[in-house]
Amino acid sequence: MAMQFYASPEQIMRDRSEYARKGIARGRSVVVLTYGGGVLFVAENPSANPSTALRKVGEIYDRIGFAAVGRYNEFESLRAAGVRLADLRGYSYDRRDVTGRALANAYAQTLGAIFTDSSKPYEVEICVAQVGAAPDQDELYRLTYDGSVQVEPGVVTMGGQAEAISGGLRQRHRPDVGLEEALRLAVQALGSVGGEGGAPRTLTADQLEVAVLDRTRRGRAFRRITGAALTALLEAAAETAAAEAPAEAPADQAAAEEPSTGAAADAVPEATTPDAAPESSPTTPEESSADGEA
Amino acid sequence: MFTTPATSSFTEFLGLAAPDLLPGRRPLPPGSADIAPHATTIIAIVAAEGVVMAGDRRATMGNLIASRDIEKVHPADEYSLIGIAGTAGIGIEMIRLFQVELEHYEKIEGAVLSLDGKANRLASLIRNNLGAALQGLAVVPLFAGYDLDAVDPSKAGRIFSFDVAGGVYEETGFDGIGSGSLFAKSALKKRYRPGLSVDEAVTLAVEALYDAADDDTATGGPDLTRRIYPVVTTASAAGTHRLTDAEAAAVAEAVVARRMENPGG
Repeated sequence: MAMQFYASPEQIMRDRSEYARKGIARGRSVVVLTYGGGVLFVAENPSANPSTALRKVGEIYDRIGFAAVGRYNEFESLRAAGVRLADLRGYSYDRRDVTGRALANAYAQTLGAIFTDSSKPYEVEICVAQVGAAPDQDELYRLTYDGSVQVEPGVVTMGGQAEAISGGLRQRHRPDVGLEEALRLAVQALGSVGGEGGAPRTLTADQLEVAVLDRTRRGRAFRRITGAALTALLEAAAETAAAEAPAEAPADQAAAEEPSTGAAADAVPEATTPDAAPESSPTTPEESSADGEA
Repeated sequence: MFTTPATSSFTEFLGLAAPDLLPGRRPLPPGSADIAPHATTIIAIVAAEGVVMAGDRRATMGNLIASRDIEKVHPADEYSLIGIAGTAGIGIEMIRLFQVELEHYEKIEGAVLSLDGKANRLASLIRNNLGAALQGLAVVPLFAGYDLDAVDPSKAGRIFSFDVAGGVYEETGFDGIGSGSLFAKSALKKRYRPGLSVDEAVTLAVEALYDAADDDTATGGPDLTRRIYPVVTTASAAGTHRLTDAEAAAVAEAVVARRMENPGG
């Protein structure tokens, strides 16, 4: 029999966290954000082709959606568990009694138990989003591999380079933006990392998985945007961005300078410079690629 | 329990997680009694663009009217309709279970069941209720929908009927269930022709329900004084639609006005 070495609980937990984080960091990112008409999910998913899709975004219940990054088999089983829990609760009580908060709690319990009890933690990070009657009533929960829950106002980014993505996105995001603008922000944020030499990438419709929880829809609010509809929406977003680019630049700077009156006065100029660069550059590659297709 | 890999059927999951919530699994005392309200006539008609299903609003208990405004026809999902006749409580519960069953499959699998798949699923729910049916709590549904896989769009509207033992039968043209269905089907037999538009089928459905109410005490006619009209739903390529109260009122009032001149229709 092999000799057992002593490992402190701290060391074991650290190892597990590191293991889970490494697994998550390998995947591509997902952005969830609220906009005027609901909640938008945008996942960078190379297998987004609808017939063969291994989906990262899914419907849980009437007003609740799910997004995940990490190991597919693990988050898929969590998604199915969420659907079962929600359907059971809605069937035995009422459809209105299924809430994102209860679901986030259940996920937290499950992930926490798996993290401490099983030999390997889940390498996943998930977001439970519930759309409300107005943007300030939307609830976005971010759950990590160890079962911790965070309520995030407006924007959730997950995946390998979540930190890098979220910085600029958080600053530019306003809860009342339209769908096109929200999609443009999300796609731009996803493309801002992973390019060669730090250059922004242009993501096309077949690399993206997009869905919304539509605030105005009665009953089941979840709706996927795929195929021609997605391509059209991306083009429209690129066009408005190109049209508004000259007018928008000063407005963006003003918006970015507002928080600079707060505590982190010297941090803001640093943040605005990388923001200002992708602001103008991604519109040009998108236009040129559209020209190339035509 | 929620994370154990299971089927994509909500009913089978309920059987594992909460079997007491399944209508067919309850122990029943021996003997049969007429203890619960009965829901009555439902009819469905195939139209050129889809299918129409309509039901009257009456539930009875023996010789009494238990409800004047019960709703027995509901959309099952985005492209199909379900109506029930028989013990109202179990029927309504079965509609809810069937709606969740279809939605659950759709969410877990990321794909919609075929129309035949939905009908077979419903048949198995009815089959599970056989014990209760033998003790007097029988439920029989009528199922109709727009078949998204149909090659010919004019044949996409389809109707399925069931028996208490779980048999499923596809019907051509039209069908009816419940105590007044005998009269409603007789009326439809004379008036139905293939290729009706949805609007014509809606009028025909309300006419047939009027004829059922004319001869069957357990079927309610359009109640003009209380403004209670039949529930009329349609399923087409655009999805399911329930006629609003104003739309149903317009059709029902026109039918009643014609009967003022010609009571036999």
